[in-house]
Amino acid sequence: MAALTAPADVAAPAVAEAPRGGLYGRRRRRLRTFRFVVLSSFAAFFLIPLSAMVAFSFRGTEPGSHTISAWRQIGSYPGLLGAIEITLELALMTAVVMLVLLVPTMIWVRLRLPRLERVIEFLCLLPLTIPAIVLVVGLAPIYRQIRIHATLSALMLFGVYVVLALPYAYRSLAAGLDVIDARTLAEAARSLGAGWFTVIARVIVPNMWQALLNATLLTVALVLGEFTIASLLLYTNLQVALYEISRGSLNAGVLFSASAASLLFAFVLLFVLSYVVRARGGAGGGSA
Amino acid sequence: MKTEISGTGSSATREGVEVRLEGLRRTYGAVVALDGFDLTMVPGELVALLGPSGCGKTTTLRLLAGLEDADDGRVIVGGTDITYLPASKRNMGMVFQAYSLFPHLTVAQNVAFGLRLRGVERTERHRRALEMLELVGLSSFAARYAHQLSGGQQQRVALARALAIRPRVLLLDEPLSALDARVRSQLRDEIRRIQLDVGITTLFVTHDQEEALAIADRVGVMREGRLEQLGSPTDVYSRPAASFVAEFVGLSNRLEGNVSGGRVWVRGLSLPLVDASIPDGRVVALVRPEAVTLAAHTAGETGSLVGSVIATTFLGATSRITVDLGDVTILAQLGTAEAAAHPAGSRVSLAIRDDPVLVAEGSPGAAGDGPAAVADRA
Repeated sequence: MAALTAPADVAAPAVAEAPRGGLYGRRRRRLRTFRFVVLSSFAAFFLIPLSAMVAFSFRGTEPGSHTISAWRQIGSYPGLLGAIEITLELALMTAVVMLVLLVPTMIWVRLRLPRLERVIEFLCLLPLTIPAIVLVVGLAPIYRQIRIHATLSALMLFGVYVVLALPYAYRSLAAGLDVIDARTLAEAARSLGAGWFTVIARVIVPNMWQALLNATLLTVALVLGEFTIASLLLYTNLQVALYEISRGSLNAGVLFSASAASLLFAFVLLFVLSYVVRARGGAGGGSA
Repeated sequence: MKTEISGTGSSATREGVEVRLEGLRRTYGAVVALDGFDLTMVPGELVALLGPSGCGKTTTLRLLAGLEDADDGRVIVGGTDITYLPASKRNMGMVFQAYSLFPHLTVAQNVAFGLRLRGVERTERHRRALEMLELVGLSSFAARYAHQLSGGQQQRVALARALAIRPRVLLLDEPLSALDARVRSQLRDEIRRIQLDVGITTLFVTHDQEEALAIADRVGVMREGRLEQLGSPTDVYSRPAASFVAEFVGLSNRLEGNVSGGRVWVRGLSLPLVDASIPDGRVVALVRPEAVTLAAHTAGETGSLVGSVIATTFLGATSRITVDLGDVTILAQLGTAEAAAHPAGSRVSLAIRDDPVLVAEGSPGAAGDGPAAVADRA
């Protein structure tokens, strides 16, 4: 019996692996092709309009000529630089205010008032269901009243933008809190002598870096692209300025160069934030 | 404070504080988690609270830690009433059931966390963190993060972190329950060794009776928010104060019998009762498997204690034999060598040692007190 089974045992792997390897190889090839097609389609969908926009921004007045004058004019075009500045300041203010308001609230509710979690979630997601035009109808009288008593710059829009960013920031932060055992970490820290501020600032927040950065990124992206509310409330941010340039259409190149620059800024920000998260993740944190 | 602890199997001189829990009560809506709970722990003692889920053992520990507030009662540690002191001011080390290391900090930073909050200078902090890691055998892991450690290592670091702040009391909330059997056993022994070395008063909460009996100076068996019995592991196992304790801790055979004149008659044998004041009548007696002995059946022998071996369970040094007596199944626990003489299918005669026995709650005639049942909580 042993004499009969020994050669079979030796031969078995070769016989068995040939079809298995072939099948495996075919599946891998098919999967690779599928991935390539899907990724190429998505890349084409996004990149062709973007590259067309960038190409247009470099187009000169003569057919086939190229120039960077449209990019140079971003700095000198009337009102554009101011709108970019205002928009960046708005993005920063909105992100900071949103994080300062939402992060401690969500952690506190998670740790101390879990029964309120559904209520907070409902309130934070509510802006998703309210169209921007309806928001403006409600907000316009408030801004009008404030204008009567004070000179307002477009920076005052940060209040509305915080509300608009709430749903996205809430979901990011909630996901971050879900993946850490916040309650046990908090209790461990308290048993070691930490007060509530220390618990939040030095134990919970450092373990949800990725969630914080995601919330920040979404907030910044929302502010960079917001047009409706600023326009209807008669403020000028980047999108409103671009719209005005397009209406004038005296210099379409500036319109496209400014749009491309704002997109570029968003990509750079995304890259920097991803890098920061990865760097912290390597140090054991940011496991959100 | 130094105290000599006697009658605990170890006579080491220990340092620690006395802990008194007086009349603690805690409710969650209509559910009463603790109902007038009293416990006094002598300095340096390790008390294990044992009981089924929902009996209030973890609530007791959390009230002592300050992580929850008592509805009524007092928590006194080292003679000071700390009932209303917040958790962060109680100076108690705690190891949790769930892994609780801070993921963004290294092992050394975790251990030093409490020291940092106390303003201990950096060099001293580092020295003490390494000292504590040395104590738990993990000094070479100081630079690692929690996700680079096994479950057992994480709990050892958590123990080092809890001890680093030199707490007045050490609280262990089922710290071994997430670990596999071998690691659990090793870490259990290690916790006991460290607790004896440090001499800290320790409250250990577990639902694992083997763990509680193995590690504790005294074991408190809880039920529905109250202590049913508090005593040495030997007392709790061998001289249970209540039938609940007898049935919860270890195995018991439930045998129908008759009480008469302060003794219980079970299958023709007269056994002494733990409580001789039980009135005459039918009861269910609780007999430990260790009190049952077997002998080879001799031809022609009959009686209510003759039966057939139907199964043998190997437990290492001992084996558990299941004997079918026809109307009831009985467990006997014997040395493995002795058990080997009674293979499955063999006929045997049983004898029951003359140990005092308890009667089951609600007997006679209570629902669920069937005559053939074996109370198994092992």
